[in-house]
Amino acid sequence: MNKDILVCGVGGQGTVLASKLIASAAMNLGNTVHSAETIGMAQRGGSVTSHIRIGEQAYSPMIPHGSADVLLAFEPAEAVRNLAYLKQDGIVIVNSVPVKPVTESLHDTGYDGSDMLTYLQKKCQCILVDAKKLCADFGSTRYFNVAILGVAIGTGRLGLDAETVLNEIEARVPAKFAETNKAAFLAGVKIGETTLP
Amino acid sequence: MKKEYVMGNGAIALGALAAGINLVSGYPGTPSSEIIETISKYKQGTIHVEWSVNEKAAMEVAASASYSGARTLVTMKQVGLNVASDPLMSLAYVGVKGGMVIVSADDPGPISSQTEQDTRMFASFCRIPVFDPSSPEEAFTMIQDAFDYSEKYHTPVLFRPTTRVCHAYASVEISETTSPRQYEGFIKDSGKWVIFPRLSFANHAMIEKRNPQIGKDFSTYSGNTVEGSGNKAVFTGGISYAYAKEYLKDYPDVKLCKISTPYPFPEDFALKCLEGVDEVLCFEELSPFLESELLKLVGTHNLPIRIYGKITGHIAASGENSADYAAQVLRSFLGHFVANSGIDSSDAPTLPMRPPVLCAGCPHRASFYAVKKAMEGRKSYFCGDIGCYTLGNAMPLDMVDTCLCMGAGITMAQGFHWTDPESTCFAFVGDSTFFASGMTGVVNAIYNEADMVLCVLDNSTTAMTGHQPHPGTGRNMMGHIVDKISIEKILEGMGVCKIVTVDPLDFAKSVHAVKECASQKGVKAIIFKSPCIAISKPDKQMQISDKCIQCKKCIREIGCPALITVDGKVAIDPGLCTGCGLCSQICPVNAIGGDTHE
Repeated sequence: MNKDILVCGVGGQGTVLASKLIASAAMNLGNTVHSAETIGMAQRGGSVTSHIRIGEQAYSPMIPHGSADVLLAFEPAEAVRNLAYLKQDGIVIVNSVPVKPVTESLHDTGYDGSDMLTYLQKKCQCILVDAKKLCADFGSTRYFNVAILGVAIGTGRLGLDAETVLNEIEARVPAKFAETNKAAFLAGVKIGETTLP
Repeated sequence: MKKEYVMGNGAIALGALAAGINLVSGYPGTPSSEIIETISKYKQGTIHVEWSVNEKAAMEVAASASYSGARTLVTMKQVGLNVASDPLMSLAYVGVKGGMVIVSADDPGPISSQTEQDTRMFASFCRIPVFDPSSPEEAFTMIQDAFDYSEKYHTPVLFRPTTRVCHAYASVEISETTSPRQYEGFIKDSGKWVIFPRLSFANHAMIEKRNPQIGKDFSTYSGNTVEGSGNKAVFTGGISYAYAKEYLKDYPDVKLCKISTPYPFPEDFALKCLEGVDEVLCFEELSPFLESELLKLVGTHNLPIRIYGKITGHIAASGENSADYAAQVLRSFLGHFVANSGIDSSDAPTLPMRPPVLCAGCPHRASFYAVKKAMEGRKSYFCGDIGCYTLGNAMPLDMVDTCLCMGAGITMAQGFHWTDPESTCFAFVGDSTFFASGMTGVVNAIYNEADMVLCVLDNSTTAMTGHQPHPGTGRNMMGHIVDKISIEKILEGMGVCKIVTVDPLDFAKSVHAVKECASQKGVKAIIFKSPCIAISKPDKQMQISDKCIQCKKCIREIGCPALITVDGKVAIDPGLCTGCGLCSQICPVNAIGGDTHE
């Protein structure tokens, strides 16, 4: 299997766990995996990305422009920021709830994500996921990272099955939170299976 | 054997463990910090691991261990190599016994560094070999080779990954057990280990004779490879090889030459690569190192070959390369048609900027704000330093006038004093930076009678690079609880005339301390002591009551990310607020209060 998957968002949203789950699930299915993450100063409140490259033919640790099969975006503007990485026939799965920049209260730009979502829908195949709605049953949007991963898995576009990812959640998430994470993941899978881009 | 999915830095660490290292020392610095952390996690048997007080100390600790026959690893980022260059230059002359590998991680971009310096140039300057891995997998095996070459030629060896190799993840296969090497111990021989001009003269001659031999040896090194064929060649190395390969994987009609040992340059290997070649593109980051070596080679051998690269303006002089940039320059070099396969997003709406800022609840914000308020209306200089607190330069705090290198703020405050004695000169330094290179600057101020206020922003950790322990934290990398070295007592011992320790989150007391220190002659110090918010548990959360008059002073003055506006009204983001309470102390109508955290 050859797949390039880009996970992007804002530092603190949990993109790292989502990308680790994808990478380890792909490895457990016998694939060669490479990945690269944003590390350092840009982490909290900054734009962050995780590039996951599945398959033997990946040399650059970062995905080249126009190569990503799936763009898993935790925030509308971050999806647009990374859109150049997407293949012509790739898919964007995006959280429709915006994260305002931390400097927004100082310099009001009026950013609310709506322009970004309109633009994405015009430019590419995309599935909009409302983090607040999706996570309403789980008491906290912090489960959103596994939930949106579930949506991506549900679409079948990652080439990974839900069972393998569930096992990874079991293995990587502290027992205390594992059940809720699994439930959030499965709720996402359901949406992914039934939503057409 | 087992597989581990690790970061490039992890692969370097596991490779060093496989090479049987006995000692590792270093100083934290992005992108190198995870090497020592990984070693401390995976080590088996007796291996001494330390975060040294700075890179110079790390180099010297490792040097004598290596004189004793032990295998040693030293880690740092590229600017750390500047700090360690004094011992390294001499060590290159003296040589080593046990394999000694110095990892100096370069940072093209730069992404989180002050400079775009090139460790390959440093290797050539020091006259010692350097290895340049192109992936985590290669770094794992190459660092083991580096130890062998170090021992074979009795020389310290540089190993320079770049950020994208350090931070990339890949699988490496490691054995279940590793064990440190047996070593002979130090054998006294002052003719060998004591550097005197006569020894330097003799060894310099030996080194210049030896290096071409190493170059010959490197010509058969497995890390130097050539793929494809044709009359055009691309010379590359490190991560740039990975980018070039990404594009050239479908084009076997070009020679792709990877140089993993840039110095001493493997001339025989390069000459073989150049057979039948008319044009060469050098695709590398930072300095035009390979390009210069090839130009020399082509000149010496009078070869009719055109060399393109940074010197000729065909490759960008600064910044990092990427797979996309590789595709762009290789298309142009090879005359390929430009195919656009991706989505053109050049017409995207304006994207919100997300600049790095001090975290919500960061005690540095409170320290800067206290100094700012206390000095309002008085001419002051604010010298910053290296660490999270460099972000104190951002609006609305705007409290960092200069930042140069580790520890420089303290000495630069003195320069401003001598050029403008009427002003008040402040230096802000973090606790780890104080230990690394701040102390001598304080002695300099006292001895030379400067007036200055030293502000030690003591958050009890090395926050910027990922919360490493340091001499003030009471914990070391051997897992031992040790005496905390007191910054206060150090300053007292030096003779700082006034030392105040204050909690920066107590705004009134902090302002008072600053005013007091600023009004006195001599070297004064304020230790702003409050733990890093990223590793302490917040116990309360602030609330805004209906007394709020929407003056937005809190937002305008301190710029805390937890202070937001919702429908035009000031609000507190419960997900971000740590209850530090700074905002409640500046609210003119006492509308902000704290509640115990759930």
